[in-house]
Formats: sequence, C-alpha cells, structure tokens
Amino acid sequence: MAIECLVLGAGQEVGKSCVVVTINGKRIMFDCGMHMGYDDHRRYPDFSLISESGHFDAALTCIVITHFLLRGYVYDNVLCFLSYYLILRYPTKALAPLMLEDYRKVMVDRRGEEEQFSSENVLDCLKKVTAVDLKQTVQVDKDLQIRAYYAGHVLGAAMFYAKVGESAMVYTGDYNMTPDRHLGAAQIDRLQLDLLITESTYATTVRDSKYAREREFLKSVHKCVANGGKVLIPTFALGRAQELCILLDDYWERMNLKVPIYFSAGLTIQANMYYKMLINWTSQKVKDTHATRNAFDFKHGDFTGAEGTIACSPKQSTSSDCSTSELAPSVALDGSTGIETSADRPSSRVLSSKIAGSIGTEEKISYINRSSSSPLLLESDFEEKNGLCSEKTTYISCFTGSVTLKNSVVAVCRFDRSLINAPGPCVLFATPGMISGGFSLEVFKNWAPSETNLVTLPGYCVAGTIGHRLMSGKPTTIELDKDTQIDVRCQIHQLSFSPHTDAKGIMDLVKFLSPKHVILVHGEKPKMALLKAKIQAELGIPGYDPANNETVCISSTHYVKADLSDKLIQTSLSPNFKFLKTRLAADCGLDSLNIKATSPLQLCDDRISEGILTMGKSQKAKVVHQDELLVILGDEKQGVQCANCFPVNMSNFDKIKSADELSGEVQLFDKSSQLYAKLSSELPELNIQDCGEFLQVESFRASVCLLDNCPHRTMDNPCDTFEAVYFCCTWAMEDEKLAWKVISIMKNFGINAP
Amino acid sequence: MFFSAADVKSCMQRVQVLKYAEEACYNGSITIKAFSSGLEIGSCNWTISSPKANIGHVSSSIFQSETAMDFNYHALQGCDAILYSDNSARNILGNVEDENCHFASVNSDLSIKSDTDNSWEVIGEALLNADERSEEMEKLAFIISCAVDSVEAGGSVLVPIGRLGIVLQLLEQLSLSLKSSNLKVPIYVISTIAEELMAFTNIIPEWLCKLRQEKLYSGEPLFAHVELTREKRLHTFPAVHSLELLKIWQEPCIVFCPHWSLRLGPVVHLLRRWCRDQNSLLVMEEGVDAELALLPFKPMAMKALQCSFLSGIKLQKVQPLLKILQPDFVVFPEYLRRHIGPPNSSSSFLGYSENQTLRIPNRKELPELYISMDLATQLSWTKLDHMDTSIARLKGELVMEHGKHLLLPGNEQAISSDTRPLLHWGAMDLESLLAALQKMGIKGSVEQGMSDAGSEIASVLHIFEPSKALIEVKATTTVISASDESLASLISEAVNTILNSI
Ligand SMILES: [Zn+2]
Ligand SMILES: [Zn+2]
Repeated sequence: MAIECLVLGAGQEVGKSCVVVTINGKRIMFDCGMHMGYDDHRRYPDFSLISESGHFDAALTCIVITHFLLRGYVYDNVLCFLSYYLILRYPTKALAPLMLEDYRKVMVDRRGEEEQFSSENVLDCLKKVTAVDLKQTVQVDKDLQIRAYYAGHVLGAAMFYAKVGESAMVYTGDYNMTPDRHLGAAQIDRLQLDLLITESTYATTVRDSKYAREREFLKSVHKCVANGGKVLIPTFALGRAQELCILLDDYWERMNLKVPIYFSAGLTIQANMYYKMLINWTSQKVKDTHATRNAFDFKHGDFTGAEGTIACSPKQSTSSDCSTSELAPSVALDGSTGIETSADRPSSRVLSSKIAGSIGTEEKISYINRSSSSPLLLESDFEEKNGLCSEKTTYISCFTGSVTLKNSVVAVCRFDRSLINAPGPCVLFATPGMISGGFSLEVFKNWAPSETNLVTLPGYCVAGTIGHRLMSGKPTTIELDKDTQIDVRCQIHQLSFSPHTDAKGIMDLVKFLSPKHVILVHGEKPKMALLKAKIQAELGIPGYDPANNETVCISSTHYVKADLSDKLIQTSLSPNFKFLKTRLAADCGLDSLNIKATSPLQLCDDRISEGILTMGKSQKAKVVHQDELLVILGDEKQGVQCANCFPVNMSNFDKIKSADELSGEVQLFDKSSQLYAKLSSELPELNIQDCGEFLQVESFRASVCLLDNCPHRTMDNPCDTFEAVYFCCTWAMEDEKLAWKVISIMKNFGINAP
Repeated sequence: MFFSAADVKSCMQRVQVLKYAEEACYNGSITIKAFSSGLEIGSCNWTISSPKANIGHVSSSIFQSETAMDFNYHALQGCDAILYSDNSARNILGNVEDENCHFASVNSDLSIKSDTDNSWEVIGEALLNADERSEEMEKLAFIISCAVDSVEAGGSVLVPIGRLGIVLQLLEQLSLSLKSSNLKVPIYVISTIAEELMAFTNIIPEWLCKLRQEKLYSGEPLFAHVELTREKRLHTFPAVHSLELLKIWQEPCIVFCPHWSLRLGPVVHLLRRWCRDQNSLLVMEEGVDAELALLPFKPMAMKALQCSFLSGIKLQKVQPLLKILQPDFVVFPEYLRRHIGPPNSSSSFLGYSENQTLRIPNRKELPELYISMDLATQLSWTKLDHMDTSIARLKGELVMEHGKHLLLPGNEQAISSDTRPLLHWGAMDLESLLAALQKMGIKGSVEQGMSDAGSEIASVLHIFEPSKALIEVKATTTVISASDESLASLISEAVNTILNSI
C-alpha cells in the first residue's frame, strides 16, 4: 500500500499551494492556489498533470480548501473543478465570495486582464461547495473520511485529516501554533498517521516572545507618528489587519494618542463583519471576553476594537484612475470632540453623532451595551447600504458601535484619497499586502520619498513584489516600470510575527503527531532542506521536500485483520494497564502549545503477549489466548520450571536477629527486613511482593528451605563453613534473567551484610 | 432551592460539548457521535459504536425544519440497533386509541407495498414530502392572522411559547404581516436570556437549515430579528420591570415571554393585565391543560389560541424511516407496539417499558484485531506439523482507538518476555533430551522414576558435566535445577527443542 503525493504548487516555494494525494485509489486535491509573484503560466499549478484531457471530474475524488489568505487563493481554475465535491469550512465558504470578487477586480483593474470569471460565476460555484464544521467527520464516500481541525492562521483556516481504509494523513495548509489576538492556536488530536504534509514558511526561524515583537512594532509606529510621519501598513484582508488594529487601539488608549488610524480596505471592513458573525469560529478567548450579555459587544482589546465606525461605501466610480475597490471618504471620529466629518455626507454625520453621543463615559458605554444588544447595524450604516452602496450586495456591517471607542481613541475611518497628501501624521492600513499593486502601491508612491514616513510590512512577501524588494535590503529607488521610479527614503520596518507557525511550531506538531513520513511544502528550498534534516535527526521521521510537479511515494500502514477471542480481550483490557511513561513525557512538552491531546488509551501491558495469532491455510487469521490454544490443539500444558536452592551467609548478622530468624523464617521477608529493603532498592522498577512465608517477584518465588536434602540444591560442594540459610527458589522460564539477578543480589547480601 | 448557580456551573464543567458528526471517544472503545435531529437548533440524535455493536438513538426528530438543520437520518444507517424514543406521538396516540382509529390507512399515503419497487430514494422523498412543512406554515399563518386581527382591534398578543424555532419564525412572519398591514406595533421579547438568545442565534450558521446558511454566504443576517431590532420594532428586556421597558412600553403590543405553563415568569403579570380584554390574544402550545392553566385568570375575556406544532416523527413515517435504516433490532416503547414493526421486516422488534432492562442479542461476530503489517512481519512463526497452521505469539502495543483494537509495534523494552516461550506442551522424552544436551556438550544420566504409591511417577536426569544439575520430569511438569546460570540457560534451550513451545 502506498500514498502517492503529487506536488503541483508550493513545492520548494511559497505560494500557489496545491498537492494532489492518492490514497488507496482516492484522489484528493488539497488547496488550489496561485503565485502572486508571476504573471505567466507559473502563476498556476500545472493541472495537465492531473488529467491531460481536462476531465478532472473523473480524476479527482474531491478538493479540499484549507483557507483563503492571499487574494484569490482559489482562483478561476478552480471554477472548472467546482462541479463536484469541494470541502472547506463554513467561514472559508462565507468569505469566498468576498475574496474571489476582490481578486477578480484586482486582476481586471491592475493587469487589464480580461475577466476570467464573473461574480455570478463565483456565487454559482460556491453553491456546490460543501462546508464543514471543525471536527465534523465527513464521509465523502464509503471509503474516504475527511475531518477539519482548527489551524489558527486566518479565519476559517483548517488542517485536514483524510483517511481511506487504514491509511491516514494530515494536510496542514497554513497554521499557527501560537495564538494571536483574535484566533487561537492550532488544535489537533493525536492521530495515527502515515503522512503529514506541512507548510514550512518559517522552516528555520524561531520567533522570540510575541510580546517583544509587539512592543517593537508599537514603538516604531509611535516614533514615526510622534515625528509627524505617516505609517503605511499594507495588509491582506484577513487576520493581520484585525490583529494589528487591536494592538494599536490598545496602545493608543494607553498612550493617549489622537493620531488617526485609517482603514482603507473595504475588504477588511467586510471581513470584519464576517468575523463578527462567525465569532463562533474565532478564538475561545475572544469568545469568552464577550461574556454572555452580547456576543457582539466587543470590549476593550478585541479585534473589532478599532473599527468603531463601520460601513463601507462603494468604490468611487468617479475616480476612475484608481483601480481598486478601496472605499470612499467618510468620517473621522474623535471621541473627545464629538464628530468631524471629512466628507459631507449626511449619513456619516448621523452615524458619527450617534456614536459620539453615546460614548464618552464609561456609564454611557454600558448603556450601549445594554440597548444595542443584538448584532445590529447602526442606523446610518444601513442607510448607507440602502442608499449609497446599493451596487454591492455583500456587505452589511453588524457593528454595535460601542466597542473600544471608549474615551478618546482611534478614529478608524475610511481613507479618502485626498488624505494621502494631507498634512499631519496618521496610520493607514491598506490592501493589498506585499505592496503588489492597488491602493497600497498608490499610497506607497506618495509616502516613500519622505524619510519621516514608515512602511511596516507585516508578514511574508512573495518574490517579485515591492514588499519583497523592501525586505531584502533597503533599496534607494524602486523602478515601477520604464517611466516610473520611486525614491525610497522612508523607514522600512518588517514585522516578524505572522500567522504562520515558526520552526519550533512545526517541530512540535510533527513530534506530537509522530507520523511515519513528513512532506514539507510552502517554504524556501534551502530552509526546507535544513528542517527536513532536523526532523530526520531529532525525531527519526523520514522527510521529503519535493519540487513542483514531483511525486513522492510513501508506504502506508496496512493491517492484517484477525478475529479476536473474548478471553484475550478480557485479559488484556481488564483495567490493569500501565500508561507508557515515554508517551506521557512527550505530552508535557506540548502543554504550552495548547494542542489538545485526546490520545488513545495506551496500554503497556505484557498481557497482549498471552495472545497467539493462528493462521491456517483457508481460514481467517484468529487471535486466541494461550490457554485457548491448547484446547484447540487438544494438547496438555507442560509446566516447565527452573529451581535453585542456595545458601546465603548469615553469620554476620546480629545474633539476636538470627535468633528471631530461627524461630520463624518469616522475619527474613518482612517488609522491615534488610533483605527486602535491599531488593527493593536494587530493583526499583519491580513490584516485590512480601507474602509472609515467601517472597515473589513476577514468577520468581523464594522461601527459606529447611530440608536437609533438597533436590534443588545442586551445588558441587555444599559449604558448611558459615552459618548458612538456604533459600529455595523457583521461577518460570521467561523470568530467567530476573531470577538470576535476584539470586545474585541475595547472595551478595549475605557477603556484604554488616 | 434544589441547586445553586454554582452547582450548575460545576456540573457544566464536566460536560463535553460536541459538534455535529464530531467523534467523541470514551475509553477508546466507545465512539459517540451526535447528528442533527431537526427538532430545534442544536438538538440531536446519537450513535454509539463499540466493537460489538452500533446503536442509534432516535429522539423526537423533524425531517425538514425551517430553522434548525434537518434530521440527518442517513447518519443512522448501518446501526445494528435503533433505540426509538420519539415520544411525541404519545399524546396523539391517546386520542387515537380512544377513537379506535388505526394507522392502517396511514400506510396508503406512503404506499409501502412491496420491497421490490421501493428504492431508498422513493422512501426518502416520502419522508421529506412537503406536507408537513406546509401544514406547519399554515398553522403559523393562522396564528399570525389572529394576532393581526387582535392588534387591529386594539388588543395585545401574548405568546408564551417555549419552542425557540417557532418563536423565531413567528417573529419573522409576524413582523412582515404587521408591516404589510401598516401596523406600527412594537414587539417585545422579555426574558433574562432574550438578548443573549437573539445574539446567539445569529452566530451559529452551522446548526441551521440550508436556507439560513445561504443567508450567511450572501452576507445577510441569519434571522430577521437582527433587522427588526435595528429598526427598533423589536425590543428585548430581561424582565417586565426593566426600566427601559417601562420607558418605551406601549400598547397594543406583541410580547414573547416565558413560561408556557402560565405559572412562572413575565407571562403571569401580562396575563393578569390583559385577561379581561376581549381584543387581546393568548397563543399557547398544546400539551398544557388549558382549562387548568387558565383557571387563576378566570373569568377570561381574552381569546386563547392553543396550537400543536410538529414535535417529532409522525407515526406514518416511522416505518419508511426504519426501512431506510435497516437495523437488526428496533427497540421501541411498548405502547407503540401496534404501530411499529411490520411483520415482513428484516429487523427484530423489541418493546421496552419503564424500569425494565432489555437485553439485545449480539449478532455481531468476533471483534477484530488490526495487526499492523510492520509488526506482523516481525512475529516469529511456528508451523504446526499436524494442523496445517502457523502460530505466532503476539507482541507490541495494544491500542484501543475509536472502538478498534489495534496492535502496533510498541516500545520493545516494555516487554521483558520475548526471549523465552511462555507456554509448553507435548510430551517430554528424557532420552531425546539427553541426546540434545549431549550435542551441547552437557553430560548426564537418566534415572527412571519409581512409582511410589500415591505419588506421581517422576524420572530424573542427573547432569554432572560441566557442573551438577538436575532435571525432574513428571507427567505434566518439568523442573530444572541448576546453580549455574549459563548451564540452566542451556538446559532450558534443550527443553524447548524437545517440547512444543511458544
Ligand atoms: Zn495562508
Ligand atoms: Zn531447597
């Protein structure tokens, strides 16, 4: 039996995740990504390797999508697959239309490409998608079982477990082993796995404490705005922006900063809406802080914190030069002064005054919490939807508005293009991340030439993007095209935390799951090689890091099935097992990682060795208890015992004591006796039983022998020179080694006694 | 007080929460799963599988729900036994028995005639037929028309219904009707958990019916109460005396509040207030003795509407369901005996009654042990000459996982006994043993045993080279006595070659 693993994307590279796995005849495609850095055929996986004829229906059993992160993680090519089983989590499905729509626009606008698919296409296709809940075990067909586990990373991200027959594997997609502010750390059960396919974005990086990294980020932003600079944070829609915003919000309040924080990403605001509706899927911590009163009243420090206001406005159709779906102007809210509208839109005013009127004091906030209890839109929010944003169907914001806007705090607003060159400091979150185009590029063009400004790059940047160029050595100029050059004088700060696991996280996961094989994908070639070697050396698990379009074949678990007799089940499962110490020790290291170990019961019990496997020519294999075997054979048991009767020199013992001994041998084996103490200390791992007249360790049994002519006393020249006490011992053959060890301890005991 | 909040809390800490179709393993041997039953949001049926049998527990279920995820009966396929405990028919049945009306007629609408023309799909369609739904919709529509009439006449409407799904639907449809009739009447939901409930129902798309899930994907709220609250047409309050409630209270109005018994909660106050108003309306669930419940409020001028909602599997659907599930055994409440269990079914039918233990025969064959191939190849096999069979002693680590016994290559040092056989059988022949010992360079002589009266015949083999040792052989025992470890070990080996051993 074998598992065949064809890597179509993310083989020794980051991005374009796509792996096709064949297990016992079932073919599953995990993820279907694109590469942001390329414009040519390299952008997509080579699907002809799955089926030259393009008959993917026949070639694949199902497609499993772990998450969306990069815009259009699932892109047009997937659409041709969508006629059949595609599995992803509820939040991923909910976010899919947003992501695909956004991707579509970027492609059409930025590259002037022909529309590859329409919004209707997207919605139609998604109807056919099967959404799953975490841990829900989906029986795709009779043989194939799929289960999603929580992966952290971004909302809706999952690791997927797939099992066909007895062969099982896990595909992680991207995951995060340390919880961030809005999503928890990955959680998975201890599983019997033949194969683990894991991402390895940070194959060699071990990140320091999150706290230090956060502080560094906040300080750099603070420093910049304190000097009157502008901070650009290019982010993708999901995850990053929300997390950083919570951080900033927190900090702003603590430091009593009034510098505005802008959100330019319409997508982010929509995504936030989903985050709220899907609160159930975000981390336990976020959930818990929402107490029971209202799941949507985000208290201080929650991810929704900063966007107090809400509401998106449609793409500005007038500014045709700008190609993205960024949002139009609106409100700057300052808690202390009430309102300020940066655009004269009545609806905005209503909104702002409402918020302003209801916040300001703790008391009023609690009022809001009580009255705006449900996950509702603020009035104006809805007006916007109905009036101005009618062309968009997918956004509704369900913010209560109370939120973090406690006293002063963040004026999170939509960013007007006219604000780009407005005087004064500000912080701006703009899409797309990596400055790969769109609005973040537009802002970058304007802000990069000033050294007071700061560009903070959160997370990984794919080769070929401006973000990547900024990260790999600070360039002084960036050539956008033949005619456009950008002077880069601003500061560049790279955020070292990202929603990907670091090397330690990968190692912990591999160790925890202890699969038979590991395949690394989604990483950089040299680093992957190092990690592969590390896994092999430290965990003894063979690893692979195939390049794109390579196939790795691994053997998978295969079982021989045998009927199991009741008697053996009863003897081997009666509650008398020891837990394997090694296993337990392994668990301890993982406690901190929040991996939930629902490990199967580990029976370390020799009694399974009382089982006999019998295999006849024409019958099914059967496992019986050894006692039953004899019945089957019609034979009688032959007891085989070993025995030895030997003297121990007791002359050195206290006379009084030996007098006692003579009166009753019992004393020798008493728990308080020196002999017992000696044996216990030399054989700590064994259970030495003191049965009064004899002493027993496993099958070994010793008692004082008073016979003059014991048949087991086979010494050539029995010694009479010392005051000897004879011990008669018997044992079963299997305890041979143990028996002789005990005998030698007893003999030495005589010699060395005080 | 029977219990305190702290008791409840500590109790809940011991509760493990499951998602639909999530496997919970007890002790490695029993796998428990929950599947939606369709009755209410989050309600479920269970499957319990052990190596010996799979049992499905069917509680009150609804095939197609307007709110909750549908009854997932497919998940119960493959159960050896179905424990049928949908007792929703009990009340109805009482009446039916009285009228001596049997369910013979019932079969005709689902037309289960013969096994041959009954594909699963056909039955499945029958189970899902829309009659039930439209019937329920009609009931709701009727309630709403009554409510609108009352409001138009200046009366208020009081709805002390406990079924969440019904309440949510009423909220939605009532607001639509009010809007279309151009009635600006506030709707109040008064309950300590009202607010929480309204919020909660909007974040659990994975427990809702398909239609509601679609709303998630198109970015709409899952339930209309979101919009109603936003439009200030719906208000939630923890209690009747809430300050905010008093501030905005206006009549006529529509109030949803507990408790259906009419003895607890805000309903008592409101009923007192409105019971003399002939324009007001009380909507009650069936299952309450209306006469008795309303006694304290008499004389009642207020109209009362009692309504029975679908709360389980209709009796005529039980058989088609069981036909799809095809269990070996159906265990059902005794009082349903006349209605469950067609004579020509492949299942056996066992009725249960209260306080009685029922034994269900185990039809499953022996459980299986899954021995990993890696391990199987490491076993040392002995061929038995006369039986055409090979045997091997097991080793490794026995793991119980999801009700399966797995034998995996374990950590070997935990097993101390894999060098020497544990079991011997066959006859000990002293001459052959002597010969085998001689090959090892061990010399000795045989002393044939004497038959003393009463004692067993014992033969003895004396070893004198390399050192003294003794092998005593009786009919079913052999004892090896030696003072030298290596000699003892050699003798053991020799004995193993003479006897059969494993
Ligand atoms: Zn990702
Ligand atoms: Zn002796």
